Amino acid sequence: MHDVEILTDREPSGYSRRSFIKGVIAAGAGAYAAGYMFRAPGGLAALPSAQGSVERLITLNVNGQRRPVDVLKQETLALTLRYKLGLTGTKLGCDRAECGACTVLLDGVPHYGCSTLTHQVRGRQITTIEGLEAADGTLHPVQQAVVAEGGFQCAFCAPGFIMSMVALTASNPNPSREEAAQALSGNLCRCGDYNKILNSAMRAAEYVRQRA
Amino acid sequence: MAVIRDMIPAFELFQPTTLQDALALLAEYGDEGWALAGGLDSFDWFKDRVKRPTAVVDLAGIESLRGVRPWGDGIEIGAMTTLTDVIENEDVQSRYGLLREAASHVATPQIRNAGTLGGNLCQDTRCWYYRSGWPCYRAGGNTCYASAREAMNREHCVMGARRCVAVNPSDVAPALIALDAQMVIAGRRGERVVDAEDFFIGPAIDITRMTVLKPGEVLTSVRIPPDYAGATFYFEKVRDRQSWDFALAAVATAMVTSGGNIQRARVAVNGVAPYPVRLENVERVVAGRPVSEETAEAGGAVATDGAKPLRHNDYKVALLENLVRRSLRGTEA
Ligand SMILES: Cc1cc2nc3c(=O)[nH]c(=O)nc-3n(C[C@H](O)[C@H](O)[C@H](O)COP(=O)(O)OP(=O)(O)OC[C@H]3O[C@@H](n4cnc5c(N)ncnc54)[C@H](O)[C@@H]3O)c2cc1C
Ligand code: FES
Ligand code: FES
Repeated sequence: MHDVEILTDREPSGYSRRSFIKGVIAAGAGAYAAGYMFRAPGGLAALPSAQGSVERLITLNVNGQRRPVDVLKQETLALTLRYKLGLTGTKLGCDRAECGACTVLLDGVPHYGCSTLTHQVRGRQITTIEGLEAADGTLHPVQQAVVAEGGFQCAFCAPGFIMSMVALTASNPNPSREEAAQALSGNLCRCGDYNKILNSAMRAAEYVRQRA
Repeated sequence: MAVIRDMIPAFELFQPTTLQDALALLAEYGDEGWALAGGLDSFDWFKDRVKRPTAVVDLAGIESLRGVRPWGDGIEIGAMTTLTDVIENEDVQSRYGLLREAASHVATPQIRNAGTLGGNLCQDTRCWYYRSGWPCYRAGGNTCYASAREAMNREHCVMGARRCVAVNPSDVAPALIALDAQMVIAGRRGERVVDAEDFFIGPAIDITRMTVLKPGEVLTSVRIPPDYAGATFYFEKVRDRQSWDFALAAVATAMVTSGGNIQRARVAVNGVAPYPVRLENVERVVAGRPVSEETAEAGGAVATDGAKPLRHNDYKVALLENLVRRSLRGTEA
């Protein structure tokens, strides 16, 4: 069970070790696949905390849920979502703010999760691809449009594109194709049918308008 | 150098809520400290292990560094204002369209949503030899890999180089120079204000820095005077892709005209030198002349005086002359 070990490799000041472990387990952060990321050799992963620095145990607002989680100071949001909260719909492609696979919404606005520190988003509404469908499982209109258009091939880039489309159609439900292209210009697709992706975006806007 | 996709090496993270606290922390850590804005330049350095600060001071919690407010008859923009907020600001749109144009040509929507005005101005160069951690002049070493005979230097300098041939990548910087903006800098010993064109420095002044900021100093805001508000603006950026990409060359021009004559003009370019360059010789040539093709020709003809291209980038000389020429025709773009 090295997840518990990882989560407690350094105690944040102000929390007892016990309540700290409980909090994290209660939040449902079970096993995660990339424990190695948080256990880099040579004490790389964590330093003893300096006075006045940030607390590691924080509560995030993800997809409308409060999620307590232990976050390293240098941890990016994409890593926290994928490896601590089990939200693997957010992908990591380049990890360098170049491809958009990690796109999530912060207060409704698209951001690269790979290039945001988790500690920078305390108090903000984080929305990932997992948070789009309704409680009864109905897909978001953007997701429905993507299904209807068969918009992607391997679809590794899809969650990122879909998050950008959700933000676009929320702020501009009647975009021109050019405006849609602009809004999606921070997302790359290696399989590369941008025309189909734009068709999906235009249909998504149509579905969103019908809903309104 | 391989691209590493794992955890950033550990650093201490501070999130002060006042400028005073941020300055104290940056002073305490000195060379080991790092001011963090949007992080889009910073995180690449950390991930690649090329720069490894001990303490990162996140400026996002300092309210006074954010937002656009009146400054006399001009405006003042907090350094932590995101590029998206700059683009969407009404005053910027109605009076300083040049800044709006430049900021909207930066990178991608996601980057503009997180990247700040201050971070964009303070960002480091994108020379890949330097960014990959090669021990070049800029990194404190004693050679420039980009000007070696076999080097790939299509994106590098055609002017202003001294040993280092890396260029300043900011699209916003030339627009602010053309608008005659001022940079407000805070340090432990108080505040100083410098003209936008003096804020950026080349290797002749300090080969390891892009700006006059000393360790521990923070850019707090940018002030734009009313002098060129609502002037005739032209911004054009040439790049290999229409989004994401940095400029091969960019021009920002502000002209005040009256009765078809150019009363005064300010012209700045970037992507061609280690710092954004104000082309004063062009400004002098066109001042007082009618807005015309002849004037544009005359301006373009002196735009690259003294240019010294490298092996793979002489195209930038022609590109720059044409961009300057186009910027002087009196049509907005
Ligand atoms: C893929 C990609 C493409 C890009 N394309 C473009 C482009 O086409 N055009 C363009 O202009 N830019 C481009 N950029 C740069 C981008 O626009 C950001 O502006 C830039 O990365 C830094 O902004 P930031 O707010 O994220 O700053 P950070 O990364 O947080 O900071 C950058 C640097 O400035 C320092 N700093 C930041 N704010 C202050 C301050 N207030 N006082 C003192 N020091 C400060 C930091 O210490 C750091 O050294 C691109 C970036 C990426 C990752
Ligand atoms: S993984 Fe974040 S932009 Fe590529
Ligand atoms: S569908 Fe394969 S990367 Fe976009």
